[in-house]
Amino acid sequence: MSISVRDIQKNFGKFTALDGVSLEIPAGQLVALLGPSGSGKTTLLRIIAGLEFPDCGSVEFDGKDISERTAQERRVGFVFQHYALFRHMTVFENIAFGLRVRPRKFRPSKEEIRAKVNELLRLIQLQNQAQRYPSQLSGGQRQRVALARALAVEPSVLLLDEPFGALDAKVRLELRRWLRQLHDEVHITSVFVTHDQDEALEVADRVAVMNEGRVEQVGTPDEVYDHPATPFVYNFLGNVNLFHGRLDNEKAFVHEPANGNLVFIRPHLLEIARQPEGASHFRATTKHINAAGPLVKIEAVTEWGAPVHVEISQERFRALQLAKDEIVFISPKEAAVFQKNGAA
Amino acid sequence: MAVSIPLTAQIAPNRAQSVTRATSEPSVIRWVLTGVAVIFLIAFLFLPLGVVFGTGFAKGVSVYLASLREPDALSAIKLTLIAAGIAVPLNLMFGAAAAWAIGKFDFVGKRVLITLIDLPFSVSPVVSGLIYVLLFGLQGLLGPWLSDHNIQIIFAVPGIVLATIFVTFPFVARELLPMMQAQGNDEEEAALMLGASGWQTLFRVTLPNVKWALLYGVILCNARAMGEFGAVSVVSGHIRGLTNTIPLHIEILYNDYQFVAAFAVASLLALLALVTLVVKSAVEWKQRQQLAEQASAGEQGVR
Repeated sequence: MSISVRDIQKNFGKFTALDGVSLEIPAGQLVALLGPSGSGKTTLLRIIAGLEFPDCGSVEFDGKDISERTAQERRVGFVFQHYALFRHMTVFENIAFGLRVRPRKFRPSKEEIRAKVNELLRLIQLQNQAQRYPSQLSGGQRQRVALARALAVEPSVLLLDEPFGALDAKVRLELRRWLRQLHDEVHITSVFVTHDQDEALEVADRVAVMNEGRVEQVGTPDEVYDHPATPFVYNFLGNVNLFHGRLDNEKAFVHEPANGNLVFIRPHLLEIARQPEGASHFRATTKHINAAGPLVKIEAVTEWGAPVHVEISQERFRALQLAKDEIVFISPKEAAVFQKNGAA
Repeated sequence: MAVSIPLTAQIAPNRAQSVTRATSEPSVIRWVLTGVAVIFLIAFLFLPLGVVFGTGFAKGVSVYLASLREPDALSAIKLTLIAAGIAVPLNLMFGAAAAWAIGKFDFVGKRVLITLIDLPFSVSPVVSGLIYVLLFGLQGLLGPWLSDHNIQIIFAVPGIVLATIFVTFPFVARELLPMMQAQGNDEEEAALMLGASGWQTLFRVTLPNVKWALLYGVILCNARAMGEFGAVSVVSGHIRGLTNTIPLHIEILYNDYQFVAAFAVASLLALLALVTLVVKSAVEWKQRQQLAEQASAGEQGVR
């Protein structure tokens, strides 16, 4: 089922949570709402779920306006950030809840419910934990139960609010790959909220980057990472060096404060050398070198006193034999320029 | 450096000794403190309880039973059971509804409502009783209208029930409120998203999560409803065999110098207090046991 969100406005008192948000979510895709806290991503998710109602604007499922429908009527699966499992029920009862509360004529028989729950327990690999209580499970297990519970009612749309936010790094990584696999099997239209750019870029088919109640850019992970539409997106997705300057005939002038344009250059798109090289370059002094990991991270200070981050490969680092407090020449390989007002 | 090592080694045992000394008093002080506590308990708790039962049975079991079987006493017991029987279920509903509204929703005037719930605790019961007299009494605000329609509230059973409800109102709400606030809305929202109706959410999610606090509140509410004296005394009018509850009946007997009968009936209330304590401990024990069961099963899960 496809989801369309049109011109949603939502205020909490004086705070504007969503400011004219429109978004298309094609059927069967896994879409990430990515943004810093306070950007309105969770509010948007709750409005799609029917847990929150917009001041104006509409939500459509498959082209049908469902703005007036309540949460129960929307048939949406929702996974909460802190799981929200029913603490007095076993894992089995938690998953069966959505089927048990159905009106009698739509309610499956006891055997059907048991079969369905067992099938879901197999899917989340917790067959042996059916009679446990949520308090007896680990964070990752609880999150899987929450997911199974949401899937039990066979929702047309699955919404996940920071699904891995409360888990530690390793479980998080495992679980997000598992979610991707699950989505490839089940193909249910899914939207998940996250503030973690790696998570969004790795898992999602499409990413909607949000900031201050607006959608800044929507696209595939490659598109938003390689061709950021706004300075915010550039800044938010990955590390970046910010210069005041301009681009002229493929030549970057990175220090012209009066010019007023913003030049963004990713650390790995800066070349470092002992001698002046290329069309445009500037001088800098190395301050700190971190050689752990696949890339060597170098912090330097430019001749006009601004900090600059450069990432080079281990081979290049060994060839250069760099040390602290050395004079180097840095030249940009690729840059993005934005006018101060934000247009590209 | 070489000096500092033996130095710290010497200090360590000294410090350990001073720690044990600081946490345990000389045995004289320990005995005195324990003794004071025990004497206090005996003087103010067990002795009065003993006196109540002792005086009640002073002229033998038959007199004791006779004073309970006496018509006025029976009617007082009946009225107390009626008052508590109406007040407790109503306050169970009011209290649960109020705690639910305050704990789960944000609205204007929430603080005022919380203060209002506490009002019966902060107002003297006598004043609470007087409020009803001023409102429903013959000279009161609604008195003339009520007497025109032949409805009697003051000096009758309805007044006693109303006063009891008012005085015992905070118990259930006060027990539930912190629990409901702590649990938040997540589980209710989850139930809603799974297609549960409002009532299903209430009976399958919200209430099971607070059932022990609810039971606890009901026990306290019941104990107070049966024992209430001040407010009921003002609205009852002390008509023997008609508007006397157990506490009022005891007072009348006592003022008539019928000590044995007074204490015999009083022993009923004392018995109720003891039963309440036992049930209360059982509820607490049951709750702890449930938590422990979950915890130990959790450990097995890890293995």
